[in-house]
Amino acid sequence: MNENDVMMLKTPFHSRVEAACEINLWGNWMGYTTPDAYFDVELEYFAVRSTTGVFDLSPMNKYRISGPDAAHFLDRMMTRNMHKLAIDRVAYVVWCNDAGQLMDDGTVFRLAENEYRLCSYAKANDWLYWCSLGFDVTITDETAEVAALAVQGPTSCSTLTAMGLEGLEELKPFDIRNYRFDGEILSVSRTGFTGDLGYELWITPSKAEDLWDRLFEAGKQFLIKPFGSHALDIARIETGFVQAGVDFVMAQDLIRPGRSRSPLEMGLGWLVDFEKTHFNGRRALLKERETGSRYRFVILDVDGNKPADHSFILKGDKQVGNVTSAAWCPTAKSNVAFAQIEMPYGEFGEELTAEIYYERELHWTRVLAPCRVLDGPVFNPGRRRQTPAVAF
Amino acid sequence: MDKYDVIVIGAGHNGLTNGAYLAKSGLRVAVLERNPYIGGATVSRELHKGWFYSNCSYVCSLLRPEITRDLELPRHGLQVVPYGGGVTMMRNGDHFGNYHDHDRQYREMARFSKRDANAYERYAADVMKQTRLIRPFLLKRPPDPTSLKLRDLKDLAEFAGAFLDMGEEGLADTIRFWTKSVGDYLDEYFETDVIKAHMAGSGIIGTALGVYSPGTAYVLLHHYMGDVDGNVGEWGFARGGMGAVADALAKSFQSFGGEIICDADVDQITIKNGKTTGVALKNGNEIGAPIVVSNLDPKRTFLDVMDPADLPEEVIKKAEKFKIRGSSGKLNIALDGLPTFNNLPNDSPLRVGEMHFSDSLTRLERAYDDWKDGTWSKDPYVDMLIPTQVDPTMAPPGKHMMSVFVQYAPPKIEGEEWTDADKDGFEKSVLDQISAYSPDFKDLILHCETRTPREIEAEVGLTEGNIFQGELTFDQLLFNRPFPGYAQYRGPIKGMYMCGSGTHPGGGVMAAPGANAAREILADLKRPDIIPGGYADD
Amino acid sequence: MTNYDVIIVGGGHNGLICANFLAKTGKSVLVLEAREAPGGCAATNEIHPGFNVSACAQWLDLLNPSLIQELKLEKYGLQFAAKNLKTIGLNSDGNHVFLSHDSVDGKNISDEDKTSYIDFKVKMLKYAKLLKKVFESRAPKLVEHNWTDRITLAKLALGMKFLGKEDMNDLMRLILINIYDVMEESFENQNLKALISFDGVMGGYMGPRSPNTVFNFLYKLVGETYGYYGSSQIKGGMGALGESLAAAAKDAGVEIRLGDRVARINKTGSRVSGVTLDDGEVIYSAIIVSNADPFSTFNNLLGLRNIEAGMARRVTQIRRKSGTAKLHLALDTAPNFLGLDSEQMGQRLVIAPDMNYIERAFNSVKYGEYSPTPAIDISVSSLNDETLAPSGKHVLSAIVQYAPYEPDGGWDVHRDIFAKNSIDLIEQYAPGIKDSILSHQLLTPKDLESIYGMTGGQWHHVEMTLDQVLMMRPFPGASQYGVDVDGLYLCGAGTHPGGGLMGLAGKNAATEIIKRGSEA
Repeated sequence: MNENDVMMLKTPFHSRVEAACEINLWGNWMGYTTPDAYFDVELEYFAVRSTTGVFDLSPMNKYRISGPDAAHFLDRMMTRNMHKLAIDRVAYVVWCNDAGQLMDDGTVFRLAENEYRLCSYAKANDWLYWCSLGFDVTITDETAEVAALAVQGPTSCSTLTAMGLEGLEELKPFDIRNYRFDGEILSVSRTGFTGDLGYELWITPSKAEDLWDRLFEAGKQFLIKPFGSHALDIARIETGFVQAGVDFVMAQDLIRPGRSRSPLEMGLGWLVDFEKTHFNGRRALLKERETGSRYRFVILDVDGNKPADHSFILKGDKQVGNVTSAAWCPTAKSNVAFAQIEMPYGEFGEELTAEIYYERELHWTRVLAPCRVLDGPVFNPGRRRQTPAVAF
Repeated sequence: MDKYDVIVIGAGHNGLTNGAYLAKSGLRVAVLERNPYIGGATVSRELHKGWFYSNCSYVCSLLRPEITRDLELPRHGLQVVPYGGGVTMMRNGDHFGNYHDHDRQYREMARFSKRDANAYERYAADVMKQTRLIRPFLLKRPPDPTSLKLRDLKDLAEFAGAFLDMGEEGLADTIRFWTKSVGDYLDEYFETDVIKAHMAGSGIIGTALGVYSPGTAYVLLHHYMGDVDGNVGEWGFARGGMGAVADALAKSFQSFGGEIICDADVDQITIKNGKTTGVALKNGNEIGAPIVVSNLDPKRTFLDVMDPADLPEEVIKKAEKFKIRGSSGKLNIALDGLPTFNNLPNDSPLRVGEMHFSDSLTRLERAYDDWKDGTWSKDPYVDMLIPTQVDPTMAPPGKHMMSVFVQYAPPKIEGEEWTDADKDGFEKSVLDQISAYSPDFKDLILHCETRTPREIEAEVGLTEGNIFQGELTFDQLLFNRPFPGYAQYRGPIKGMYMCGSGTHPGGGVMAAPGANAAREILADLKRPDIIPGGYADD
Repeated sequence: MTNYDVIIVGGGHNGLICANFLAKTGKSVLVLEAREAPGGCAATNEIHPGFNVSACAQWLDLLNPSLIQELKLEKYGLQFAAKNLKTIGLNSDGNHVFLSHDSVDGKNISDEDKTSYIDFKVKMLKYAKLLKKVFESRAPKLVEHNWTDRITLAKLALGMKFLGKEDMNDLMRLILINIYDVMEESFENQNLKALISFDGVMGGYMGPRSPNTVFNFLYKLVGETYGYYGSSQIKGGMGALGESLAAAAKDAGVEIRLGDRVARINKTGSRVSGVTLDDGEVIYSAIIVSNADPFSTFNNLLGLRNIEAGMARRVTQIRRKSGTAKLHLALDTAPNFLGLDSEQMGQRLVIAPDMNYIERAFNSVKYGEYSPTPAIDISVSSLNDETLAPSGKHVLSAIVQYAPYEPDGGWDVHRDIFAKNSIDLIEQYAPGIKDSILSHQLLTPKDLESIYGMTGGQWHHVEMTLDQVLMMRPFPGASQYGVDVDGLYLCGAGTHPGGGLMGLAGKNAATEIIKRGSEA
């Protein structure tokens, strides 16, 4: 037994995170001690939407994929066409098992000609190994070798520019640009999980604390704040991002037959490139496209202000689905729920009912809240895409 | 008129469970026990003053929670304390710790291989799929695939339905799982030998097969499908030793008016005009009852306590062919203190769980080769626990009790009966193996009870010392257990039943055979079914 | 662009059989064979000038007779040199056991054993007949079955029912246990038990105590339901079978190219488009049938990158180990096996004195070692077929179990010792044979792999175990000859029902391809 393994792991930013975590509310993310909240969930959320929020992303699983076949390897594994991904670009991806069922989602960073980084929600060492058979690629788990921060919100570009990252405003969404930082490379990508203007910073762990300090120093005038996983959850629901393990069961974890979902069933059909002649799950997905899906992923606008967590979704008296994520969205002023609806229900505009249970002073109330199927997320600001990036 | 409605032969946990349900239904039941104490192989015995040995079965997981609740065993004194994980000591001085905590387990596996650590999740999900498939059928009688009776057809349809729900590939994977060796199965997930070796032990415990013998993957599953408080796959100690299980069952049985008669060695089940009439004891007494239930293993039941003249020839043949090979031994050791283990701090949580000393599948396979050659393993697989680290009742304060399960020990040594010298040799191979990792272990030994298959058979009455009352290979499971045509607890003679681990779903202190047999007896008596079913969506 | 309707990769017996049936429906078929002779493991080879042996498979006892008829193989030169040979279990004291399909004899064989043997065979044949039915069509799917599968399943159910309750019950028990236990409960004589159990371990990576050996035994017994009352020998060596299949195929319009090794199966888009040969030549076809073993088909020819990853995992997990080596001797004089006359010496001779002997021989191979005292199956084929050796001289071929794929240090270090051990062992039963050896050839599993292309040297391409038969053969999702790559089919021993020169895999594959027609 390695004594270091007894405790939960600490990220390279831990000393700073610990100091900033005023209310001492901690959680476990991938075996790392990470804050659920730093000072106040609601205020942290508003930092992301109004100024700049910083989230320690280090526990995210990161795999380096390199070698002559790296692009081919990724193209076979992912449903998207990975040959289209240019150097210094990032792509949001999902991947499936042979049966066309979602295993996970993540992002692929093309760092150089034959160099990629895959960030995945769940650990993927096993599946990456099986996917690598027949390819000339090397796959390295570099989770612990790369420290990462998400810097998100309207003033994030101003903050980072103030820190000395010149020309950052020219970075388009999903672009990557490398800067020098104390003799090391600081890699910046215009990506994030909040649906707002934002960046992710990647650096070697030895420079992590310095980066944190310089970032917060530079961001002071732009009202920078750290935020924890609870605030992130509100932001991602508001902007329509699904989360593996929450909004769908990862196929490799499945125990009960039939409970996994395909990308088409999760509203992620736009990530599936059927023009590609070979990728994992293609045969099954083609068949699904012909014969129809079993479920539909919908974003619901629910009447009232009671979050529809874990609610049943009804059509008349018939139960047609379940809510997987729900939140009151403070910026959009909407009561949003993600739900899985049995086909053929859940078309855009359809009126459904959410069966919500909520508690006030130990008193449980059941409400049947009317809800409507939306055609997209309730929060999708122009500044998210605008280039050059806006100052505020 | 007979004094009893039912006689149960053998006060093992299944006999007591069976008796408890029949007594609860209002029948007058006597459970007869050959030994002066109850429990069969579910027993705690004070063989060294102040030390209580779980000297046969030693850990608890498979005991059906439905029965525990229904017979109110906690109220009758049963307390099961889970223990966390386990460890395999390695020859190179390192060890592999199978932590109970998920993240620590991941990190420990990742120390050997990150891929293995991640593959474990796939492994756990796949094993859980199989577990989920089988658990609902534990508290059911197995369907008879050759019967056209409505109830059998319904059972069979339900059974088939559960399998078909898995889909074409899922079903194929299930069949493969049931016919595969534990070694081959683990090879499909893991690359690290010590991780495979740690997991593989469950596939050979109590089984006369090696880690690369097909059929052993199921044995692994058998050890995985229990739970402690709903944590599937977890194991625990019965506080006070495994005798606490038998004691609680006995109290439950007695609370329903049942009678336990010890020192009652049954000579024969008496049959008149094709009907069971009771039992004749070795001391010459006869006890009458229209129903006799045997908690003995199938060989003892049909070849020992029944007159061949009363039985159809095919039953005798089947009983003779029944595979109940002895393959295990046991050491129970009173310790003057807690032994230290190389590179493993005394407060490590790993020490509370099971400890193994076989760090490769090759070593496990070679241990089996010894068994095939008719001798005990020179480098055995041991499943060692020190329950006194969490249970203070089994040894005086500061002292400890160690339970060492040993695989393999053959029923006979090169065809001859075990001699005391053989027993000493067997004991030495085990003690030497442990002390190779624990320098002070031998000095701490105050008393050691060594049980070869010879002792297990002589005391507990398990033929060849087989701990499961018959091997848990697919040819002897479900509707094949103990043998085809007799898998629904009814013997070949009216009024005669079986309730031991030799019947479905098998051994491991589940109490399910006893309960399932009671259900069939009550059905034959046209009494209401009071046996609980399995929990839904386990 | 298409040069042929179908290209068959590998001209082994199954490939040729498949080609024959496809050509009969008017398809243009090209068979590409890497070696210079057709037949794959059905091969005759000259080991010493003028001395020819059945290089790989030496006994014919499973070839489906319908194939001989339908393909008129006799017309194309197939002749039996010997049929219905006895199996003789050699005993060092000269008290051999003589086993024929319906009786057993020998000085130490009790009357009980003689009777038991007949009972045993009657029962086992019932089970073999059931397998025979299941082997005649593709393996049925159990969940996603269609009418074809349902008929197969119904036949199977009916066959089970027809067995009667007792035999059906016993089948469920027997199929899962090992032949060691079955022998123990059936017979007394050690030599007899070993002799029968040897049929359960032949060609497998298993010892008598391994479960699956009863299934392996029954598989071989299917031959008896075809009318092979013992092993038989093909005139001119097993290569003559390959030649006759090739001749029949050519007459049916099949083009066969020998000495052309396929380097790659090409995939264009989602389906196969043809093959590339070693010399770079590309030949196009929309349907490729692989007679190569499934592992090498996907791993070496198509490439694991061109299939889906879950399937790649299944491919790499195919169990394909072998423990079987082949030993050939060119002899200056006729061998003299103790206690046997020259007619008896032409039968199938087995050295396996008792089951524990075989089991111990198997123990070695589990740890990557060769058996110091292997079990050996001997054919002095020249006694039945004068064409194989110069007059008065002889050839002896032996199946030797067990040898690992490659022992520690490599075969170069161990080859001579293992060959010498085996020859010394034969010498014990046939004194003087050593002195008459003109030359010998040992083919280890690794040699068999490199010459005949079978991964691991495994005869059946995919081990014949219960987790790899029927709808699990070669792996779930690829059980009906077609696989999850459009246009690609398998037809070799690695598919249902399996190998052993039975030929049904090739025939069933052809049936499936024809049935799928344009969907293919």
